[in-house]
Amino acid sequence: MILALGLIAAMAAILLGQLLKIQVLQHSDYATQSTRNAIALLPIAPARGLILDRHGQVLADNRVAFTLAITPNTAGDLSDTIGRLRSVLPVSGDDLEAFQRDLGRSHPYQPVVIRRNLSAAELAAFAVHRHEFPGVELQARLKRFYPYGPLFAHVVGYVGHLTPADLDVTSANHYAGIDYIGKNGLEAEYEDILRGEPGNQNVEVDARGRPLRTLRDTPAEQGENLTITLDLALQQAAARAMGTRSGAVVALDPANGEVLVAYSSPAFDPNAFVDGLSGAAWTALRDDPATPMTNRFLRGAYPPGSTIKPFVALVALQNGVITPDEKLPGGATYRIPGSTHKYYDWKPGGHGAENLGEAIRDSNDVYFYQVAMRLGITRLSAGLAPFGFGKLTGIDLPGEAAAVLPSPEWLQRRYHQPWYQGQTVMVGIGQGYLLATPLQLARATAAVANGGKLVTPHLVRSNADIANPADAIPQGIGLSAAAVSEVQAAMRAVVTSGTAHNLANDPNAIAAKTGTSQVRRARRNDAGRALTGDPTALQDHALFIAYAPADHPRIAVAVIVEHGGHGGSAAGPIARAVIDAYLQGGASPRPMPGAVP
Amino acid sequence: MNWSRWLIRPWQRLDPALTIGILLLMAISLAVLYSSSQGNLAIVFQQSLRFGIAFIALLAVANTPPERLRAWAPFLYALGLVLLAATLVAGHSYLGARRWLGIGPLSFQPSELMKLALPLFLAYYYAQQEHVQNWRAAITGFLVIGVPFLLIAKEPDLGTAGQIAAAGLFTMWLAGVRRRWFIGLIVIAAVSAPILWHFLHGYQKDRILTFLDPQRDPLGSGYHIIQSMIAVGSGGIFGKGWFNGTQVNLDFLPEAQTDFVFAGFAEEFGLVGVLFLIAVYLLIVLRGLVIAYESRDPFGRLIAGTLSLTFFLYVFINMGMTTGILPVVGVPLPLISYGGTAMLTFMVGLGILMSVHAHPRLHE
Repeated sequence: MILALGLIAAMAAILLGQLLKIQVLQHSDYATQSTRNAIALLPIAPARGLILDRHGQVLADNRVAFTLAITPNTAGDLSDTIGRLRSVLPVSGDDLEAFQRDLGRSHPYQPVVIRRNLSAAELAAFAVHRHEFPGVELQARLKRFYPYGPLFAHVVGYVGHLTPADLDVTSANHYAGIDYIGKNGLEAEYEDILRGEPGNQNVEVDARGRPLRTLRDTPAEQGENLTITLDLALQQAAARAMGTRSGAVVALDPANGEVLVAYSSPAFDPNAFVDGLSGAAWTALRDDPATPMTNRFLRGAYPPGSTIKPFVALVALQNGVITPDEKLPGGATYRIPGSTHKYYDWKPGGHGAENLGEAIRDSNDVYFYQVAMRLGITRLSAGLAPFGFGKLTGIDLPGEAAAVLPSPEWLQRRYHQPWYQGQTVMVGIGQGYLLATPLQLARATAAVANGGKLVTPHLVRSNADIANPADAIPQGIGLSAAAVSEVQAAMRAVVTSGTAHNLANDPNAIAAKTGTSQVRRARRNDAGRALTGDPTALQDHALFIAYAPADHPRIAVAVIVEHGGHGGSAAGPIARAVIDAYLQGGASPRPMPGAVP
Repeated sequence: MNWSRWLIRPWQRLDPALTIGILLLMAISLAVLYSSSQGNLAIVFQQSLRFGIAFIALLAVANTPPERLRAWAPFLYALGLVLLAATLVAGHSYLGARRWLGIGPLSFQPSELMKLALPLFLAYYYAQQEHVQNWRAAITGFLVIGVPFLLIAKEPDLGTAGQIAAAGLFTMWLAGVRRRWFIGLIVIAAVSAPILWHFLHGYQKDRILTFLDPQRDPLGSGYHIIQSMIAVGSGGIFGKGWFNGTQVNLDFLPEAQTDFVFAGFAEEFGLVGVLFLIAVYLLIVLRGLVIAYESRDPFGRLIAGTLSLTFFLYVFINMGMTTGILPVVGVPLPLISYGGTAMLTFMVGLGILMSVHAHPRLHE
């Protein structure tokens, strides 16, 4: 009997010991866990700010998308549920794969997405059978939509699903409940402004995560709309004129650097990236020989060809190596004194002796070979730098390329080679190592158009909420007014009586310079004809820079058509289409809403 | 008077201390169930009805003289074995185990009958043995325990099998079987444990592994233990108050009205409430041991001692599993958990205690 009492005392003592331990010693731990169980912070996602063109046209929109999600612990047998679901609406292998992946990462009481973007017909089909699917719920979420598809793909960019890697960079707090993050273009550049701040609801939940009552409510701060400087009508005009050819178009307001057109062709549909691209679709895009994913206006480095000549002329005038009226000897070829190598003019037989204005009008290569030799590479390179060649423009887009402004130091650093004079000659006509992006060319053109001030291209104006360093007052680059008006007159002559006379009858007084840049140095006969090469793949790139109206420039344009042939005939009409649309298209250019006077 | 024979005398057999303990447990049970069911009166009425029926059974047994119980013991034991065998052959399967036997519209678990029939039969056997110390008495006891143990373990219901074995061993121990037999049994069990492991079902292994480390599957098999310990621990010293337990009222605590009812009670009433509850159980058990001690009849002494110890063993196992010191074996908290079958068994057991107490002069 004593033993029985001892046994009971022992059992009671063990229980009391454990109860003291968890109810007294570890009480605060368990109390915390209990609170964490019962109180949940439900995030409220903000609506992402829209992106609008300068006239308020929506370029990036939010649309309601319907998603079907399964909560495993209320749905019961998952394979049975999915099997029956498939008899109501299609569920692809990709959907299933994503579902299985997400299922492994979530709690059994959390809904896991099985189908995204239900069509109206699928929505109706599910609604009819809804009662047969406990644990399957329809969720309405906001999804990014780009109404113009590829048209703005390289400017606006796209959003994609938030991945764990994205959250290492930013604070996860700012993304509570948010599915998407800007991956590219303006969507990435202005992510912080477009995103907004998530709010939250402090709710008491039961074990299934169902909210029972709200304890505290902090509303979300919606993302801000972003009005950009692009003009939908101009962008459409550029795309229409470019057609299916590969190339790029940039148009700037020469007074302030606002980007009016930024188009790269071919492009891709950004809508395909929003909910993730399938592996096959991504491979197809990546391996497309036309490289639609490449942003040609921002990252495409092309030899500027003859479009460099107005800038070389300005450098020469600034350095006093030539006067506007001095005529230099012409001819079919040029030889560096003491060398036997011949440098051909583009025109078989060449031009006669011409002065600066005539040489620009006719794109006289021999004239500019001589000017380049007089300058020497050091002065030529230093003189082109203020126009922005070889440097990032500072546009508010991620991923810009600087291209190349060569100099002897650069060549030594880059290729460990000494500079020789033949390379100076080539830079004088925009070939050789010299490379520029269409954006850089448009910026340099704007500097000629506005009388010698370098603007910084930008897509967003500074306002109360956005400080855009690119939106700064353009600074002069030290050109003499006389030199600038000399080159301006020459560029006008290019259209009236020179290499771009095909645009002479345009009602807007266009000033321009054509360019044709060699894709590969081909061997040529004495008449300058290429001896080898495939006629299409090796065809030259066509370039064109222009501004208008000639007396009061309001738009500066740079166009490149890859393998387009001659600049004046292939690229010129595209520039004209943009200029006409801007200066005449919609009666008069509409002001940007909310513009500060 | 004739009416007093039917209306008053049965109540005189009730032991005051035990009755007070039972009524306190009833009150606690109804209060806890009312809260953990979020104020569902239907559940409270259902439980009250079961208390009523079980109490009538208790009255009936308390008014049955122990010698009659002793006379029935072999038949009850034999009936239990037959029904257990029948269950294995023709029982209902529920969640993969055959534990229920249907007779017409009723269904019940024969293992519940064995919980009382086994100690009764062993008490019957040892009460008439003159040489309890010899080996034959020990081997017979092990056989009497072993057959129903194996039948129930085969269902499979290892928890119940262990409980009836424990009750039987208590009887043998109280009867005075020599200690070396128990030590031998423990050694054999320890040696054969790794072999037996291979015969366990997946969920049984799971329960044991989960007991050793609840965090290995916090949303699966470890969920019960973790949520139960959170409930008990977050109750603290004074508890969260009646109806204020978030673990129990927001459904985080599984089985909050049955096996884990203690966790909900501890959450709402804290250590103070738990100490009171344990005190009530000790009142019942110690009173039971006093009854055994005072009984001059070997059968009465053995059965009263066994039932008292077993009663507290259930309390220990249930509270132990909800507070994380024992694996989850599915034992209800005596007279508190929602459910009728176990309650009936406990009340009949307490009725036997009262019967032993009310009929002291056996053989005199």
